[in-house]
Amino acid sequence: MPDSPMAPPRSFLWSRRVFLALLAAFVLTPVYVMVSSSLKPLADVTGRFRWLPSELTIRPYIDIWSTVPLADYFVNSLIVAGAATVCSVVVAVFAAYAVSRHEFRGKRVFTVTVLSTQMLPGILFLLPLFLMYVNIGNATGIALFGSRGGLILTYLTFSLPFSIWMLIGYFDSVPRDLDEAALVDGCGPLGALFRVVVPAAVPGIVAVAVYAFMTAWGEVLFASVMTNDTTRTLAVGLQGYSTLNDVYWNQIMAASLVVSVPVVAGFLLLQRYLVAGLTAGAVK
Amino acid sequence: MTTTALKEPVRETSPGAARAPRRRPGRIRRLSLPYLLLLPALLLELLVHLVPMAIGIVMSFKELTQFYIRDWGTAPWSGLDNYRVSVDFDAPVGKALLQSFGVTVGFTLLSVALCWLIGTAAAVFMQDTFRGRGLLRALFLVPYALPVYTAVITWVFMFQHDNGLVNHVLHDQLHLTGEPSFWLIGDNSFYALLTVSVWKGWPFAFLIVTAGLQNIPRELYEAAALDGAGTWQQIRRITLPSLRPVNQVLVLVLFLWTFNDFNTPFVLFGRAAPEAADLISVHIYQASFVTWNFGTGSAMSVLLLLFLLVVTGGYLLLTSRGRRTSDA
Repeated sequence: MPDSPMAPPRSFLWSRRVFLALLAAFVLTPVYVMVSSSLKPLADVTGRFRWLPSELTIRPYIDIWSTVPLADYFVNSLIVAGAATVCSVVVAVFAAYAVSRHEFRGKRVFTVTVLSTQMLPGILFLLPLFLMYVNIGNATGIALFGSRGGLILTYLTFSLPFSIWMLIGYFDSVPRDLDEAALVDGCGPLGALFRVVVPAAVPGIVAVAVYAFMTAWGEVLFASVMTNDTTRTLAVGLQGYSTLNDVYWNQIMAASLVVSVPVVAGFLLLQRYLVAGLTAGAVK
Repeated sequence: MTTTALKEPVRETSPGAARAPRRRPGRIRRLSLPYLLLLPALLLELLVHLVPMAIGIVMSFKELTQFYIRDWGTAPWSGLDNYRVSVDFDAPVGKALLQSFGVTVGFTLLSVALCWLIGTAAAVFMQDTFRGRGLLRALFLVPYALPVYTAVITWVFMFQHDNGLVNHVLHDQLHLTGEPSFWLIGDNSFYALLTVSVWKGWPFAFLIVTAGLQNIPRELYEAAALDGAGTWQQIRRITLPSLRPVNQVLVLVLFLWTFNDFNTPFVLFGRAAPEAADLISVHIYQASFVTWNFGTGSAMSVLLLLFLLVVTGGYLLLTSRGRRTSDA
């Protein structure tokens, strides 16, 4: 194992090679299908499956924007996921700071309650939330149902429990002396938070932001119930490529790729922070 | 540290009528500050999770059909009727729920076991540095990073009867099946769902175990190596036992996520899942939004919650007792 004086035996090296190769094939096959099919003409994806395109075409990447209003869905998803991420991170930073740095009554109750909401099945509060949003809309005129606001509100709470939990661990790893020194220097508690603790915990905050964005970007259940034609997000909008006669698989794959690239790229760029955040917060 | 220690006694030893009123607001502010910081999180949790949960429990005792949705408060009370319908396993509704529950339990156990196994094996194999490790690690995280619906849509394409990759490989290229199979309807749909779920879920286990491995002290391995333990023995004697606390949390989280998963089956099969892959979340969704009978749907959700509470509680009790005896 790490730096062990003995070299690993051949049996270990061979099992590792075989296992990782098989696993890579399993992981990569759908990715290959997605990429290669997005460059095929329609005939290639309606007939028998072929590993290689009969000809390479970028037609699907042009057509996706006109077959369904993909740009609108994209903007909706971007607004919803972006706003949910920003709000979730801000709220989580405050809460995690309180738990990490202050003693107060009900601290344990708070952390346990927040964490346990993470285990609730989404279906349990889908129906009541649906009715609540409809009724709030009827009573006050604030449109939550069908609006981006309602979706933002819902999504930001989805990532909140895990974000708070991870940030508590991260803040705990920032030495207390640092913010105590800031307090002595005349910063208020909030000054200490923003000038000392937050800058020291940037990797954790980035990790939490990535997680929150991914959660909002990929959610299907609430998006399918709580959006209408103008607020539809990608999660629901992508199903528009399957018309009754022809399923435009090449366009679906092209659209899937376009939709995935921003999140996957962001995730892979920032994954080291996520691993570091998990090490500090979750598995300690 | 020292400055605060110096300041404290000064404050305590200087009582005075003029100081007291100034001190109190400060102390109140200091006491209420944590609560102020928590307030946004608390309000949001209340609004989106706890209040709806309470409403859901109330709804499960009401006869809440489409006529009452506009103003659900006026729906008549129905006592335990919704629960009676849900657990009457001789009638169609209860029978379907029981069948869905069984499928979900089987699916969850298999999926969690496979995700854990693959994730742990990959993390342990990739603990040592070797050429291409960084690239491989990034690659392995792709299924986790992909938005669920794009990943699952790709699998839907691969599982197509006429133009999918799976049938092309199994039937046309390897000649394993006499006829091309249907994967998204009928009994095969269970395996299709399991495959997609494992493909999507194992990188999370990989991520957590990788993080957990970094907390194992190096000296343990060095000591074991000095004692003559080979690589396999080190994995069995040090790595796996050290991962126990991580695994306890990981398995629980995987279990809850898989059991409650809605996105994967919903995108894979659409609104009506085949019987063999009818996971409980989609089943309740179907029972509520297709028939517009929210009362029964809520009763089913509450039963689901109770089940998860019992399982989670039992699991935590068992694992913490296990930990205590292993410490002793």
